[in-house]
Amino acid sequence: MDRIYLDYSATTPVDKRVLKAMEPYFSEEFGNSMSLHSFGQSAKLALENSRAVLAELINAKPNEIIFTSSATESNNTVLKGIALTKKSGHIIISSIEHPCIIESANWLEKQGFEITELPVDKFGMINVEDVKNAIKENTILVSVIHASNEIGTIQPIAEIGKICKEKGVLFHTDASQSFGKELIDVEKMNIDLLTASSHKIYGPKGVGLLFIKNGIRIEPLLHGGGQENGMRGSTVNIAGIVGFAKAAGICKKEMKKENKRLIALRKELIKGVLKIKNSYLNGHPEKRLANNANFSFDFIEGESLLMQLDMEAIACSTGSACSSFKLEPSHVLLATGIKPEQAHGSLRISLGRFTTKKDIKKVLKVLPKIVQKIRDISPYK
Amino acid sequence: MAIKNKKINTCSALYTTKVMEIFKNPHNFGKIKNADGIGKVGNIICGDVMWLYIKVAENKKKKEIIKDIKFETFGCVAAISTSSMITDLVKGKTIKQALKVKKDNIIKKLGGLPSIKYHCSVLAVDALTEAIYDYYLKQGKDFPDELLERHKKLKKDKGE
Repeated sequence: MDRIYLDYSATTPVDKRVLKAMEPYFSEEFGNSMSLHSFGQSAKLALENSRAVLAELINAKPNEIIFTSSATESNNTVLKGIALTKKSGHIIISSIEHPCIIESANWLEKQGFEITELPVDKFGMINVEDVKNAIKENTILVSVIHASNEIGTIQPIAEIGKICKEKGVLFHTDASQSFGKELIDVEKMNIDLLTASSHKIYGPKGVGLLFIKNGIRIEPLLHGGGQENGMRGSTVNIAGIVGFAKAAGICKKEMKKENKRLIALRKELIKGVLKIKNSYLNGHPEKRLANNANFSFDFIEGESLLMQLDMEAIACSTGSACSSFKLEPSHVLLATGIKPEQAHGSLRISLGRFTTKKDIKKVLKVLPKIVQKIRDISPYK
Repeated sequence: MAIKNKKINTCSALYTTKVMEIFKNPHNFGKIKNADGIGKVGNIICGDVMWLYIKVAENKKKKEIIKDIKFETFGCVAAISTSSMITDLVKGKTIKQALKVKKDNIIKKLGGLPSIKYHCSVLAVDALTEAIYDYYLKQGKDFPDELLERHKKLKKDKGE
């Protein structure tokens, strides 16, 4: 039985074109980009070319991009780096951020910073007015996730950016899920800082980027040999960065067509899944990532559902408490106001570049039977 | 994307093969109509609910045995496999023997559970305790001291 991967929001396979672009940078062009000889300079060239490609995708300047090891590192750098620069103040985040933002904010709160978490509506959408009202005189940063990794809801970041600009507050967005999938223009959208990740867009794991608008002062987390303009010490991961840039280039070229294809596939998926009794779609009906579908099924628990699907060779994800190390249901789903038991019964199906119509058909054939099987075992019907 | 790999269905770093086997084909699930005792434990908000139904009869030595047992569970892989395992462990046993089953017996029989899931095995033992308690209550019989204590502790933990 062939396995069907429908967890592209967790991670993606490296595209073969990406892998090919990376290959020379392991054993041939292996130089350290800080070395002055030809080995080093060849790596330096590849590094700067990659930076330019990635900057272009979001209409940034190459010198506004620094490479990191992950989106988690980029997000930590933003929150802690800005906090360290400003020494004190108030930070606004949303209630549906990725744990690396929430945990960084929690840590900063312990260090004496003031944190506000903005609520979302039942679709997972932030009210722009809430942002406006939350900004105070001592607010140093607003950080709002562009597209939710769990429910796919896309936030009105251009509007939030505008407000932040008017109020003179720095605006950061975690675009890990949207980079390469949605059009982003940091200038038009008034974005000061932006996080993106390679492995969500068919690039390798272990590479992320942080856009820092020129003129913004931010303390680095890693002090070292002056790499990345002094913003991040560490020998750069050249092969990974080359792969990230190649992956981004492919996304840019294929974005429009690919989104259209994914939306059609997802429409079919949602239509089919919602035929199951007592099932719901979580997130926004339209303003969501093209590849994301998130459902809840009453009376059953998500980990069981996920594992039964896995036994049928279908890989998805859940927001159930039982599948999390904290044994708490998804904070994102709870923030949208659904009941804990419905969050337990959630299933995220995220599509991607290699998802076919046949895959969706298989899911629609298998899923109703599995839901029924688990409901047969459940005391609730 | 179809990914060729023959090694599917056995790949879990979290659960043992035994747990996955039972999860795939759980034993004794469903309701018993006119059950002699029902134990309902867990909390749907926390994500685990277990209901155990028992039918009690006398064996040749006139001892009360659990003649039939079934479960209904809302929960994860561990909750479902521990439910199934406790039914296997106590079916046909005397009530006295059944009350001796502890969480460690279940975990051992499953070839282990992730420590974060130990509470599922506790839930299974609690469900059995409550089912037997319910049986004694319905029969108007005197509770064995240990059963009464266990029941009281569960109620106390639940805040009742």
